[in-house]
Amino acid sequence: MGLYLFRLPDVGEGVAEAEIVAWLVKVGDIVEEDQNLAEVMTDKATVEISSPVAGTVTAIHGEVGGMLAVGAVLVEFEREGGSDAAGAPAATAPVKLPPVEAVAKPAHAVHPSASAPANAATPATAPRPLASPARADGGAPLAAPSTRRRALDLGVSLIQVPGTGPAGRITPEDLDVFLERDGKPKTGGASRVARTGVNDTRIIGLRRKIAEKMQEAKRRIPHINYVEECDLTELEALRLDLNEHRTADQPKLTLLPFIMRAMAKALPDFPQVNALYDDDNGVLHAHEGVHIGIATQTPNGLIVPVVRHVEALDVWDCAREVARLAKAVRDGTAAREELSGSTITLTSMGTLGGIVSTPVINHPEVAILNPNKLVSRPVIDGSFITVRKMMNLSSAFDHRIVDGYDAALFVQRVKRLLEHPALIFMD
Amino acid sequence: MTETLRPKVLVVGGGPGGYVAAIRAGQLGLDTVLVESGRLGGTCLTRGCIPSKALIHAAGLYEEAVQAAGEAGRFGIHLKQVPELRFDETVGWKDGIIDRLSGGVGGLLRKAKVRTVNGWATFSDAKTCTIDTAGGVITIQAEHVILATGSAAVELPLLPFGGRVISSAEALSLAEVPATLAVVGGGYIGLELGIAFAKLGSKVTVVEAQDRILPLHDAALTAPVSRWLEMHGVTVHLGARALGQDEEGLLIETAGGQSRLTIPAERILVTVGRKPLTEGWGLDQTAVAMDGSFVRIDDRCATSTTNVWAIGDLVGEPMLAHKASAQGEMVAEIIAGHRRRFDPVAIAAVCFTEPEIVSVGLTPDQAPKGIETVVGQFPFQANGRALSMQAGEDGGFVRVLARKSDHRILGMQAVGRHVSEFAGEFATLMEMGAVLEDVAGTIHVHPTLGEAIHESALKALGTAIHI
Repeated sequence: MGLYLFRLPDVGEGVAEAEIVAWLVKVGDIVEEDQNLAEVMTDKATVEISSPVAGTVTAIHGEVGGMLAVGAVLVEFEREGGSDAAGAPAATAPVKLPPVEAVAKPAHAVHPSASAPANAATPATAPRPLASPARADGGAPLAAPSTRRRALDLGVSLIQVPGTGPAGRITPEDLDVFLERDGKPKTGGASRVARTGVNDTRIIGLRRKIAEKMQEAKRRIPHINYVEECDLTELEALRLDLNEHRTADQPKLTLLPFIMRAMAKALPDFPQVNALYDDDNGVLHAHEGVHIGIATQTPNGLIVPVVRHVEALDVWDCAREVARLAKAVRDGTAAREELSGSTITLTSMGTLGGIVSTPVINHPEVAILNPNKLVSRPVIDGSFITVRKMMNLSSAFDHRIVDGYDAALFVQRVKRLLEHPALIFMD
Repeated sequence: MTETLRPKVLVVGGGPGGYVAAIRAGQLGLDTVLVESGRLGGTCLTRGCIPSKALIHAAGLYEEAVQAAGEAGRFGIHLKQVPELRFDETVGWKDGIIDRLSGGVGGLLRKAKVRTVNGWATFSDAKTCTIDTAGGVITIQAEHVILATGSAAVELPLLPFGGRVISSAEALSLAEVPATLAVVGGGYIGLELGIAFAKLGSKVTVVEAQDRILPLHDAALTAPVSRWLEMHGVTVHLGARALGQDEEGLLIETAGGQSRLTIPAERILVTVGRKPLTEGWGLDQTAVAMDGSFVRIDDRCATSTTNVWAIGDLVGEPMLAHKASAQGEMVAEIIAGHRRRFDPVAIAAVCFTEPEIVSVGLTPDQAPKGIETVVGQFPFQANGRALSMQAGEDGGFVRVLARKSDHRILGMQAVGRHVSEFAGEFATLMEMGAVLEDVAGTIHVHPTLGEAIHESALKALGTAIHI
């Protein structure tokens, strides 16, 4: 028997610390080799850390949401079997590793007696927690006739009452808890009830990553916004025609691939727009290749996968790549390389696109484009009014690098390409 | 002499809906009058549920006795003589039961201080009716009116009731057992009576328009009944149409119009359904909104007219006595100021066929699309009590349907002798929102038929013991 200190391994190129997203073991657990111990998050990828040894967990370091430096002790094991190798891993750990105490955030060992992290913030005097409703369908609330009658007498709609019983059944106690929580029983039969609860959620994982990125971008970058309207009547006709006559192996085209191509076409003339600004060192890295980050909503939050070298792709390639990456990030299978390396970002919400938006630049990039919703609008054509398919194109630029004049020129160029789509395909 | 009554509550109809409403209203201290033109107890008690069960019981005993008088006997019991059926005495015994129960209802109404008026109510407006009684005309103006007029047997235009064409009511009071009986309509009423008369010695033929008997139940559940009919010489014509009658009997067109034949029939029993009794008492004067042929109600049994309530067969399917009673009780409580709502999870239905069928909730083929389910079925063949009382060899079983994700029971059915008594356990499980584990975790008494309920839940969980 012997102690084994397992340190947070290097989880990615240039990653110095990682956030603990979830613990998969607790003190006292017997783990097998290769069993997953914890989930940690670096940049935007979640990595599962598996155990190199078999043994009993004697201590875990760091709480969910806490940051842990690479090389810091993550888990302490009591190893089964011989003690020969026991001290060795700890002893041979790289000497440059910071000691446990140097970890940025409090990383106290969690002992069995300590309350679970999720409950840590709950005051000891809190009333009994309300379970979340667990009904499997949208049907009538499941409760015994006596409970249903009592609820009716009290003027409580059982739809509001979470059930803790099997299959989400509302027990008499659930109704008690609900009444206790909700104050006095309602009279008059009104189903409107003032809600007074406050639900505290720790901002961890991807949400925290997004929060930090957004804070950083807004703190560092003086944004300027510019909006122009584009007449996409021709482009829409082209797009519909292409979709109608596409072959089986060609993906359905949205507007995005055309906008990506227009950006790739315009950017060589605006090198300072397709660039990364290292503001700490005062260097602007203008890229020749166009790597467009595509802001993508996932169930967990916003992720920006990257379509590389758009200048070398056609619209079909772009569409394929956008679809593939969107699926990968939603499935959580996107690789680190697919989530980094963009030089400019495109964010679109399709039919939710609204009229005007003020997107936040993906730091350290210097520009972001945000097409708004495509709508049919009356447009003055000479002395007539005609109906055209119009779309606003919102944008934001880092004013430290891109002046308003250049920003306007760039957007005007993109507008021209979109309004005369043949230009997109001309070399 | 004209008398005018101004009660708080007027109940129209003394069946299981109306009399229960009146008793409950009386218990709650409401000044209540009940109007009934016939005998207290309504269709259920006087010409439906109760008398048919009496007849079915007597028919079963007679059949057993006939079998015991045969060469092989029954369980070593041999009767030396063929038993004699004096059907008038059977009907007399049945009528005795009706008298006792009907009298009992009258006693309960009196005890609850409900005044009963015997006569036919005719409404002049929603809250006012007049009744021609033996003692004079009575006018009633009530604050609340509970309509509980019930239903009547549906008549076929080609076979109007009269002569040898009878409804279930007449079938229960025949002077003698008909030698041949044609039953038009293979629903539960027709089959219950058809089977009883087959046991009493009639040559019974069942004619059903749909492609199977008991069309409201699934094929697996009705198969044992079909088998019994087949083994006992009851001819069943499925997909057939009754065309009328001639001197010999019933004229029918067989499935697909292939051929026409005459079924010899001393009596023709027409049981093709029941319709709400909405005519002849001034329903149009009450101006309540209709829902097809039924009176439209909300979940409190309130009609479109304030303080006019309707319950039972008058308001829609299922046309079952226990539904009517539950609604009647509820309406009385609402009138007394309680907050109530008619929100049963399920209403059980029973067929007293041979063997019996009981069904609550959903059957496997009714399970909603997109919901994964599990089914557990246990045969009575593997139940000791069933074998010891001749209830194990007719193909009967208990079946439970549950949602796969959380094991919530969605429906329970059984077919087999005596399974009607399962209705209470089934309904309780449904109302309590039981999951399979609740049934599996309840010790069921040995030796009883109910063990099959336990085993069906175990089967659905994959842990059945005796199969």
